[in-house]
Amino acid sequence: MVELLGAEILGLDGVTAGYRDTVVLEQVSASVGANEAWAVLGRNGVGKTTLLMTIMGLTVLREGRIRFDGGDITNMDTHRRVQAGIGYVSQEREIFPSLTVDENLRVATQPGEWTRERAYDLFPRLAERRRNYGNQLSGGEQQMLAVGRALVGNPKLLLLDEPFEGLAPVIIDTLIGAFARLRRESAIATVLVEQQVELALELTQQALVLDKGQIVWRGASADLAADRDNLAMLVGLQEAR
Amino acid sequence: MAVLDRDTINAVREGFTRHRLSWIDTLPFLFAALMYFFAARYLPLGTQVMIQVAFALSLDLALGYGGIDSLGHVAFFGMGAYAAGLYALYVSSEPLSGLAVAACIGALTGLVTGPLVLRARGLTVVMLTLAIATMLHELANTSAMKPITGGADGLFGFKIAPVFGMFSFDLYGRTAYWYSLGVVAFVFIICKLVVNSPFGLAVRGMRDNPVRMRMLGVNVTARLVTLYCVSGALAAMAGGLSAQVTKLVGLDSLAFLVSGNALVMLILGGAGRLYGAIVGATVFVALSDRAAAIDPFNWLFAVGGVLILAVRFAPQGIVGLIADWSQRLGWVRR
Repeated sequence: MVELLGAEILGLDGVTAGYRDTVVLEQVSASVGANEAWAVLGRNGVGKTTLLMTIMGLTVLREGRIRFDGGDITNMDTHRRVQAGIGYVSQEREIFPSLTVDENLRVATQPGEWTRERAYDLFPRLAERRRNYGNQLSGGEQQMLAVGRALVGNPKLLLLDEPFEGLAPVIIDTLIGAFARLRRESAIATVLVEQQVELALELTQQALVLDKGQIVWRGASADLAADRDNLAMLVGLQEAR
Repeated sequence: MAVLDRDTINAVREGFTRHRLSWIDTLPFLFAALMYFFAARYLPLGTQVMIQVAFALSLDLALGYGGIDSLGHVAFFGMGAYAAGLYALYVSSEPLSGLAVAACIGALTGLVTGPLVLRARGLTVVMLTLAIATMLHELANTSAMKPITGGADGLFGFKIAPVFGMFSFDLYGRTAYWYSLGVVAFVFIICKLVVNSPFGLAVRGMRDNPVRMRMLGVNVTARLVTLYCVSGALAAMAGGLSAQVTKLVGLDSLAFLVSGNALVMLILGGAGRLYGAIVGATVFVALSDRAAAIDPFNWLFAVGGVLILAVRFAPQGIVGLIADWSQRLGWVRR
């Protein structure tokens, strides 16, 4: 197992979290190094999205601590976490309908290497549509914009919640190309939640599998991808073709 | 369509839908200036229109852009009116500094009540804003406050010095007209600048989706309080203007009716586009005046009827309807 050495960017220590009346995550501990890419896998409803939302401070944290970039962010407000360097692309994309593409990027911009121009360079399609409003975009364009909007916030850690869901294969290819370029050009750690398991394992070095709110497997993505039986058991994958 | 070429139509729609200053923005003010020469009989009515336009613009900033469902915006209007009246009575009769004082009091009111109101959303905001305005209204009428506010008799007996020391307020309302026009232009420009600034973009994003805005690193409550203060300052300027041109501050300048009317104006004109406030306030005041002239007893029937028609056939307001039409005519935005 190849452990990428480097400073820790995100650390979870025995995190138990959920919503007002329910606990979803139990005693989750993990450590993501700077510039690492992690996949978070698991069946539906095991707490993958809750994990990302907990990192963002959008859930009720009952126990445990969260560290980010050397500091404790357990009790930090969401907007401060973002300012500290966590970017979040949610499943719903959540483009502002009454702002143009350009304005959607402008409201999220923080100083750093990722500028609007660079986001347009990454997704030329967005540059063509920069004057269109958020509600005039296709699903794929919205997803590109959601990723671009997270990038211009110049995060050190990017959380992606099912970025490929419901998109046409050609759009998925575009996004995969963009992520590959992103990994090459920038030192941004990534946590990817994705239902398309093989794709997720391909794009990441490390993986963890959640079941009923607990981590049941962790290791190198390549190992899990190779171990088909285990994979099928862990994430309920149909018999590998 | 020989007269209206493509560029003109585009410019008109930009003015109505986009949020930048352009030449089209001078048109309402040119129209108002022309009215001075061609409809001199209606100057006092025009002055009332402009007070309401200024107030509706301030409400549009909070409600149309910020999504703050304020039903108590009159609190700012009334505070500004009393501030300007008291300033003229005890400190100085100079009008511009009086407006500045009114604006400061309005901003202060926003700063004090904002953190209380803006943590909530939706119906709670409606109730809280309404409650604050009602409390101020009652407070102004208490025996303890009567020596200051004049209670139900209102605040009167103050004089307003000539504007710039040159133009004194005359019986025909000529100075008041130009003065009000200047104030409205100022309020309009401030609104345009605010909604176009990065701050304004963030505010519009917050109206769409406050949680997402927080996830982009924006302190939503702090921004909303700032917006509330700016909107409150402008509303208070409208109130101060009303006090200065009528030389009377009645208890009704804190009454719920003022909030309600402004809301009706925004619904008529269309919220969230600034021009909605201008068109809505103009239509509302002019219609009320004409309807009352025709039937002094049942004139509200006409206003109510128009409101029902507007909500049914132009849910985006009159300006929204015009913007839709121009879009449907086939001129696609560049």
